[in-house]
Amino acid sequence: MKRYLLRKILIYLLTFFIAVTIDWMIPRFMPGDPIRNMLTRVSVSSNATAIQQMYDYYSHLFGLDLPLWQQYLNFWKSLFQGDLGISTYLFPTPVIDVIKRAVPYDIFLLLPAILLSWYAGNKFGAVAARSKRLDNTITPLSYILNATPYMWLGILLSWFFGIILGIFPIAGAYSYSLQPSFSWKFIGSVLHHWFLPFLSLFMVEFGGQAIGMRNMIIYELEADYSHYLGTLGAPQKLIRNYAFRNAILPQVTGLALKLGTIVAGALVTEVVFSYPGIGYLLLAAIQNQDYFLIQGCFLFIIVGVLIANFAIDIIYVLIDPRTRRGMTGETS
Amino acid sequence: MSLQIENLSVYYQTLKGDVHALEDITLDVKLGEIMGLAGESGCGKTTLCQSLIYLNPPMKYMTGRVMLNGNELPIWDAEKMNQHRFRDISIIPQYAMNALNPIRKIGPMIRDLLTSKKVDYKDRLPELKHRLDVVNLPHDVLGMYPFELSGGMKQRMVMVLSTLLDPTLLIADEITSALDVASQKAVSELLVKFLDEGCCKSAIFITHDISILYQIANTITVMYAGYLAEKASTETIIHSPRHPYTKLLIASLPKIGVKYSEKHLKGIPGHPPLLLNPPIGCRFRDRCPLAFEKCTEVPPFVEIEKDHFIACWREGSHA
Amino acid sequence: MKNLRIHNEILYFALRNKKVQIGLIIILFFVLLALIGPTLTMYQPFEYANPLGPQAPSSKFWMGTTFFGQDVFSQFVNGLRATFIVGLLGGGIGTLLGIVIGFTAGYYGGIVDEILNALTNIVLVIPTMAVLLIIAAYLDVRSVFTECILIGLTSWPWTARAVRAQTFSLRTRDFVDLAKLSGMKSFKIIFSEIAPNMMSYLLLVFILQFGGAILTAATLDFIGLGPTNAISLGLMMQYSVLWGALPFGMWWWFVPPGLAITAIVGALYCTNVGLDEVFNPKLREM
Repeated sequence: MKRYLLRKILIYLLTFFIAVTIDWMIPRFMPGDPIRNMLTRVSVSSNATAIQQMYDYYSHLFGLDLPLWQQYLNFWKSLFQGDLGISTYLFPTPVIDVIKRAVPYDIFLLLPAILLSWYAGNKFGAVAARSKRLDNTITPLSYILNATPYMWLGILLSWFFGIILGIFPIAGAYSYSLQPSFSWKFIGSVLHHWFLPFLSLFMVEFGGQAIGMRNMIIYELEADYSHYLGTLGAPQKLIRNYAFRNAILPQVTGLALKLGTIVAGALVTEVVFSYPGIGYLLLAAIQNQDYFLIQGCFLFIIVGVLIANFAIDIIYVLIDPRTRRGMTGETS
Repeated sequence: MSLQIENLSVYYQTLKGDVHALEDITLDVKLGEIMGLAGESGCGKTTLCQSLIYLNPPMKYMTGRVMLNGNELPIWDAEKMNQHRFRDISIIPQYAMNALNPIRKIGPMIRDLLTSKKVDYKDRLPELKHRLDVVNLPHDVLGMYPFELSGGMKQRMVMVLSTLLDPTLLIADEITSALDVASQKAVSELLVKFLDEGCCKSAIFITHDISILYQIANTITVMYAGYLAEKASTETIIHSPRHPYTKLLIASLPKIGVKYSEKHLKGIPGHPPLLLNPPIGCRFRDRCPLAFEKCTEVPPFVEIEKDHFIACWREGSHA
Repeated sequence: MKNLRIHNEILYFALRNKKVQIGLIIILFFVLLALIGPTLTMYQPFEYANPLGPQAPSSKFWMGTTFFGQDVFSQFVNGLRATFIVGLLGGGIGTLLGIVIGFTAGYYGGIVDEILNALTNIVLVIPTMAVLLIIAAYLDVRSVFTECILIGLTSWPWTARAVRAQTFSLRTRDFVDLAKLSGMKSFKIIFSEIAPNMMSYLLLVFILQFGGAILTAATLDFIGLGPTNAISLGLMMQYSVLWGALPFGMWWWFVPPGLAITAIVGALYCTNVGLDEVFNPKLREM
């Protein structure tokens, strides 16, 4: 168990290291001049010397005037000091502050969507594996949901419930007429705005989870131990119960592998609903070529996904006796 | 009489049509008998035993009946069979190493199974522990997960579990094929011990290795391509077989004291027929050195001497 | 000869499988639309064809016009082309990389495997989208082609993982040993002995990669990092949301692109499930 976790931690540290290196490398080694790009976008001034001054300022900020290894070390140093640069789009707010404001919305959106879709998907997938009739309805529906691009489902939901029926707001995290406070009115407004983006994330993910669980259970029901129980005349209930418990384990690891896709789904869902999380921020950053902000978002997404992965690993170790009882290596 | 099979036919359903895996099997196993069931792979040995205990799709029941202790077994009815499985008829499967739920401790798993059979685990526990002693497993295994046991331990665990309710008939499906020679002998002797201790009242021992049967079986039944070829006492099958297929099978066995550099081991030329569209008549016809016109009809499985059955036109009363 | 017969048999069962039929018909429909569509309209995707601006579908503009009066049908069929190119090329590159890396790791084992496996795990954990967007953000000019390469370069890990596991199990089979004993070269063994045994499996993998690439591209396009010089279904959705198609109820602008993606990816999944039944006789007999 210790070895298993140590191995995982090592992989995550290595991944983090590589991610940061990519984050540092991309603006420096990609073709084109990001600072020049940025300035032509943001500067209203056509004064050449003013632009040159700004260029020098930002070059210095990037540290582009230093030798590469020095730049790299400085990058790490400022990273640990929580300094991710200054947003040009929301000048002069530091990137870290901009992101800090957005992150709670992401957690608020993603955590319930992931947990509930995982739970419901597994339940329904297990049911689908049990009965032919339900299999013929739940499974095709799950495949269609899983094939739906996140943003399109978001668009459809917001069009139908927001525009046609007019019962849900289609933009923002709470009503613009309210100030954030701990009143029932405000909390109600937050939930009201939260529901549609949550629902569209939930639905796509539900499809994927249900398919995964259905296929895993069918696989487990064909396994030798299920067959043996059958030959000993064990009731279907017991056999299914064992199959479900075995199938849930790969569903936990499967969730870790899907996190990236879910996060990407959240990004575009936020864009559809103008929900002020990282995704919405990112769109603005891209449109305004705010490179510091893009890089900051990148790092935050990576760190978030790594932390979530690690949490799932720990859960997995706790629920699988094979890893819990000190077996090393992978269980694939 | 422990087991009586009459005219049992079982097919496999596939998209391309029915595979005639078992045809018109009539067979008895007496109380206290260990019957060896031999034949090439794909001859229907395992299908025969599977259909006695767990006839599930794509297997399809066609005709025949199976009596155990004088009562008919509803082998075509998966639900009704449940009350007979484990209690009256049980199996040590080929895949014994993977037969236990990997994420449940063995003791609780047995408890789940017994509870579902309305048997009290605590009542049975002393006997369970006694049998663990018989197969030389520590009592601690009940608190362990299957992955904490070695392959051989898992197999012995399955032997204990399968016979825990003292079935009338125990089927041992290729339980020695994955083992080395020393363990083969130990495992097959355990089976005899189980019978002596009353853990089961009769047994069918499936194998393609006749030399093991020589050590433990009372009788040997030889199958070929879905049909029974010959059944007799072990002595008779080994020393004076009558069916041409049995003769070739016995002749292909290595014999002690014979130098094989001089005399090559002879296989049987040719292949068994495909059972999707089986040939008419005796299925051994194409490979049989003695085949003649009569062999285009299916030979009946008849008793030519006391307790010696054979299906061949060349032999016995037909000749 | 024997091989040929087996292939024919599989083809026979594949074409008789309902799921494969449905899937292929849907895909074929969209492929034809992508091929023929652009010749049926006289407008370019970005041309301001309708001076009246946004209009619902009519006989003149079959799928209506956008906020700017661009022909939605023209954008749609050209976007379909981009979608298929991304699927084919992006999914293809991803599959190929996955196969090569997975094969190498699984076949050689040892230190090669350790390194490649660590690499696979790392790329697997990094959210693909994050890497794609940071690279795409710094590219001034992006084409559908660059998009394909980027997607291919980041989507291989799970394929590599699966192929590695498969190779591992195949490597230990008798026929590979036999080939080794008879002195065949490593890569020759891979291609002549292992690959044919995995062909059916690789086809399934490619189909899933195809669908995955289409969805990834749609996400990338929607967040504003799509091709800068072409139209795509994801870009159509982005424009429609940015230019108020929702509040103005211009459903003809955002319904077709999403519907097409869902239908194509859904049809791919459907084909995949059907083919799985064909290749896996255990499932077929049920």
